[in-house]
Amino acid sequence: MTTRTIAGRTVRVDDEGFFEDPGQWDEELAAELAREAGITELTDRHWQVIRYMRKEYAEKGTGPTVRALGKSSGVSVKELYELFPKGPAKLAAKIAGIPKPRGCV
Amino acid sequence: MRRVVILGGGTGGTLAANRLRRRHPGRELEITVVDQDRAHVYQPGLLFVPFGLATPEEIVRPRDRQLLGGIAFLEQPVDRVDLGTDSVRLADGTELAYDVLVVATGARLLPGETEGLLGPGWMRDVFTFYDLAGAAALAARLATFEGGRLVVNVIDMPIKCPVAPLEFAMLADWFLEERGTRDRVEITYVTPLDAAFTKPVAARALAGLLDEKGIELVTEFNTGQVDGESGTLTSFDGREVPFDLAVVVPLHGGAEYVGRSPGLGDDLDFVPADPRTLQSTAKPNVFVIGDAASVPTSKAGSVTHFEGEVLVENVGRFLAGEPLDAEYDGHANCFIETGFHKALMIDFNYDTEPVGGHYPGPVGLPLLKESRLNHLGKLMFQWFYWHTLLPGRDLPGLGPDMPTAGKSLARNRGAGR
Ligand SMILES: Cc1cc2nc3c(=O)[nH]c(=O)nc-3n(C[C@H](O)[C@H](O)[C@H](O)COP(=O)(O)OP(=O)(O)OC[C@H]3O[C@@H](n4cnc5c(N)ncnc54)[C@H](O)[C@@H]3O)c2cc1C
Repeated sequence: MTTRTIAGRTVRVDDEGFFEDPGQWDEELAAELAREAGITELTDRHWQVIRYMRKEYAEKGTGPTVRALGKSSGVSVKELYELFPKGPAKLAAKIAGIPKPRGCV
Repeated sequence: MRRVVILGGGTGGTLAANRLRRRHPGRELEITVVDQDRAHVYQPGLLFVPFGLATPEEIVRPRDRQLLGGIAFLEQPVDRVDLGTDSVRLADGTELAYDVLVVATGARLLPGETEGLLGPGWMRDVFTFYDLAGAAALAARLATFEGGRLVVNVIDMPIKCPVAPLEFAMLADWFLEERGTRDRVEITYVTPLDAAFTKPVAARALAGLLDEKGIELVTEFNTGQVDGESGTLTSFDGREVPFDLAVVVPLHGGAEYVGRSPGLGDDLDFVPADPRTLQSTAKPNVFVIGDAASVPTSKAGSVTHFEGEVLVENVGRFLAGEPLDAEYDGHANCFIETGFHKALMIDFNYDTEPVGGHYPGPVGLPLLKESRLNHLGKLMFQWFYWHTLLPGRDLPGLGPDMPTAGKSLARNRGAGR
């Protein structure tokens, strides 16, 4: 575990930059994290996914997979890839300030 | 008299029913198993069918014959579970009331959820070996496959036995070599994961093997569309992988009735349960075993087997009004066929990833390393399955907890080993 500074604030993150403590996150940090990932502006659709990620994490202790997002977030898998290119579940988790989704074994 | 209803008569339902019957031989417990059909497939055998190493008839037996006397078997699809009234409704309208329900309906293949997968080319150039019909049809196709691009693709996790598609790719390499056509075939393994496997140490060992065998690895590929006409897999982010023959592991979900039973399942129709006690989070008198469970370990027969002992103990305690104290540690173990009469083995649980060493003790099968002994182990397993695992007999020396004696755990566990 390490710490890093985003938008002038120090937060705890893992080796890949996922938040260790979702409580250290806020919307301002999200915008900065998004810019780092090449997303210049967070639209309402992005926020819908981000809020859903945080809600799922709070309820289940892990962020959802792309498939689960596609079924339940109100945003289709295709659009998820447009909003959060490459790996939507991972990227959205990073921007939403939750730990890396455990995924499946 | 107390009633236990077990939904599903596959690996988990059968071994749970038999273990419960042995544990509670008297009339005070009535055990009923429900399944939609009578054909019990030894699923690990499906891997061997495409290469002519097993025939469909060899790996199927009648379901009810695997159940001990004193267990009722009903052949009917489950329509829904009513958690409120503790009853199950079957497709023919029968209502079964229960004191304890065991969900053991496994995972369902959902090829229809991927665009184009069932379109032109399905069962001609696009196959799955994850069911009996697919494995048999693929055997016929491989027997006449003269060359081109063979692509093995996992659409997305979770899947049953996550090593099986890797094994398929490695066995294909061996099979084509034996037939003298390997140099005319490009084999590509296409996975949504960021590595060959989910667990890092094993993933490195497996990636090394793929490389040695000249199997190309494409990672982080989430298949959005399969076009059997042009022979193309397209990912959601627009990348393409061309194929002449595609062997696809479709999306998996839980049984359909789970979605029709309010409160029972999750988004994918799997049933969330306490990962240690296997009691569902839906209601205390509902337990879950095997692939149907949403718990953080592999969907595998070995997992189902290890869960069986814990489940039966906890069902007994629940019926007696005692606290559930049997705990499952997430133990999974798989033989991985690597071709040329060799196999490797991995062994892990919720907290420990697969590492090297030997199983189950210092003098045992080599872990994470190819050997003939592991290959023989995998072949022997079918006998064990029908004669030891399903009847619910204990394997000497192999309890549900993951053994650590023979393992190279220094890196995971600090200095002590
Ligand atoms: C190709 C392949 C290779 C594999 N190799 C290995 C291996 O090497 N090692 C290993 O450990 N595991 C392996 N597995 C995984 C293993 O077979 C499964 O994990 C195991 O069988 C799970 O048992 P289960 O009882 O949960 O599900 P299943 O054995 O699949 O049983 C589920 C049962 O529920 C019934 N059912 C479903 N829905 C309904 C309904 N609505 N009404 C009534 N009945 C219903 C089904 O008919 C079925 O009989 C492999 C699987 C596959 C597909």
